[in-house]
Amino acid sequence: MPPATNPNTNTKPANQYRLPFEAPIFEMEARLLELEARQAQAKGADGAAGLTDQIKTVRRELVGLKRAIFANLSPWETVQVSRHQLRPQSRDYLELIFDQFLELHGDRAVGDDPAIVTGFAHLGEQKVMFVGHQKGRDLAERTACNFGCAHPEGYRKALRAMKLAARHRLPIICLIDTPGAYPGIQAEERGQAAIIAENLMAMSQLQTPIVCVVIGEGGSGGALGIGIGDRVGMLEHSYYSVISPEGCATILWKTADRKDRAAEALKMTAKDLLRFGIIDEIIEEPPGGAHRDPRGAAVALKGFLSRSLRKIAEIPADQLLEHRYQKFRRIGAFFEDPPAECVPPDSPGTEARADSDPVTPPANGAPSPS
Amino acid sequence: MEQLSSPHADVRTPDPAAGPPAGATLPMAANRSAPTDHVPLPHASKKVPEGVWMRCDGCSATLFRKEVERNRNVCPQCDHHFTRAARDRIADLLDPDTFEEWYADLRPADPLSFNDRRPYPDRVAAEQQRTGLNEAALVGQGFIKGIRLVFGITDSGFIMGSMGSVVGEKLTRAIEEATRLRLPLVIVSGSGGGARMHEGIFSLMQMAKTSAALARYHAAGGFFISVLTHPTMGGVAASFASLGDVILAEPRALIGFAGPKVIQQTVRVKLPEGFQRSEFLLEHGFIDRIVHRKDLRSTLAQLLNYVTP
Ligand SMILES: [Zn+2]
Repeated sequence: MPPATNPNTNTKPANQYRLPFEAPIFEMEARLLELEARQAQAKGADGAAGLTDQIKTVRRELVGLKRAIFANLSPWETVQVSRHQLRPQSRDYLELIFDQFLELHGDRAVGDDPAIVTGFAHLGEQKVMFVGHQKGRDLAERTACNFGCAHPEGYRKALRAMKLAARHRLPIICLIDTPGAYPGIQAEERGQAAIIAENLMAMSQLQTPIVCVVIGEGGSGGALGIGIGDRVGMLEHSYYSVISPEGCATILWKTADRKDRAAEALKMTAKDLLRFGIIDEIIEEPPGGAHRDPRGAAVALKGFLSRSLRKIAEIPADQLLEHRYQKFRRIGAFFEDPPAECVPPDSPGTEARADSDPVTPPANGAPSPS
Repeated sequence: MEQLSSPHADVRTPDPAAGPPAGATLPMAANRSAPTDHVPLPHASKKVPEGVWMRCDGCSATLFRKEVERNRNVCPQCDHHFTRAARDRIADLLDPDTFEEWYADLRPADPLSFNDRRPYPDRVAAEQQRTGLNEAALVGQGFIKGIRLVFGITDSGFIMGSMGSVVGEKLTRAIEEATRLRLPLVIVSGSGGGARMHEGIFSLMQMAKTSAALARYHAAGGFFISVLTHPTMGGVAASFASLGDVILAEPRALIGFAGPKVIQQTVRVKLPEGFQRSEFLLEHGFIDRIVHRKDLRSTLAQLLNYVTP
């Protein structure tokens, strides 16, 4: 297990966190460092001006290189970035973009799960309830958090906090970052399935705005368990999927080694989900990914959150709930004939069912009430 | 969602020509039956393949298949509950010929162009052919002992009973109809797969959709009985199946969020005896009652009676 480093104090990722496809970036960064060192030595001497120009050029090229590499990540590479050890987590964003965070602990039944953080916070002037997965930074925290895999008490704590927020009409911010809900003996004994179901049901009815963002891993039911919102965004290099690529590969090809193929097949990237109409927006990350520039990522995230809250703040509660219901109600890809064919319009660019009628009328053969 | 890598084998078929396995104790009458006597139940062919004899997963007894079928796929010796096809369950539970199926034309699309060892549409077509079902869920209305209700069921034999867009859509429409018609609702779940991997994120979102519909149903004063059968796992367990006002389960059904194999690989200790079985869930407070298949219809009727004027 590599030692963890706080990304906020360490802008140069340590060697062990280098992803294979980042190699050209590190090479260019090394060149830049070397040029800068030479410039420092050559202060005032002949050629210093030339070095300054060169440094400017390399800096510009470096940004271009980061953009170029990160614009064309394969789905599996995206998964790797989403899991990067230095990628900012809920507690980082709490420090970077929220003020006056007042943490609330415990589910009032079993315990306090550090894999989900909840509490009051300010986003600018706006008072909110914060709910977010936390994977953990150093080994101790990661172990305590089970690497972001929450137990039922985590989801119950989240629900408690969200219900409290709804009673006082405080908007709720959910940051999703989990490989999945914890698969363990105690988790099953304490009703992992039941509490996730409960959250899905309850969140659909909470009378306050909810904004959800996948900031890293959007792993299956564990992600969805705090993922029912009026606006749902994804950071550019996060993923959201029904199953992990490793799990999918193991089932389909009997080996986790084909996770890259599974990641592709599952269409789990932010671009895919936007295309499917499942998320509302992709939040652009700084060049080279959020792990290179947590502050930059935080600014972008804050922008999305503030914009989204402003957009939905004025909607009356009943309309808000109706929109939220329809937002998830319309998701599905199926055929229905005779006579009409619903979805998909044209493969492969399938979209979520696009009919935006607030009420889905019963189809042909629907019951006639008697 | 995690999938069970090997769904509980239900009714294994030994070679009919080979006769009963050596050492098996058999009823005499059964010994004389010719293999040609066997007529599979309609729609049940996948559950009960050709073959006169079968071995019980529960007690290892060799059983006369017809007798098991007559007993609603329950072992007459140890009460082991084999899986049961959706249409057979409808016949078991509802008043004769009262089931009116809704939305039968819904069929799965292939939003991901998913292709593992074969394209998803081919897999679906093969399952449709094999099971005689369009999809894993059937919904509609019917009567139980004269009480009108909306009824849904998932068949664990169709792509492991996993929930894709069609299952989610059918159940959601059924729940919405139950809300509109102010009828009680019974959903019988059987799903080893949870959410359907082949439909990716679309299937995950069916969890949200069905749960939200149930929230409205609850708010409107509905009464939902969820019946869990072997197996009910993953995204099905973590959505509508766990949201019953009353939750019943058949004996020894595997019910849970993560598959036992995944848990085993994660925690690396031996899983306790009876882990994730109905009895385990009852003990931990997550279901109301364990009901033998032969008593299910009468229990449902009794429950429905309490909320039906
Ligand atoms: Zn038996």
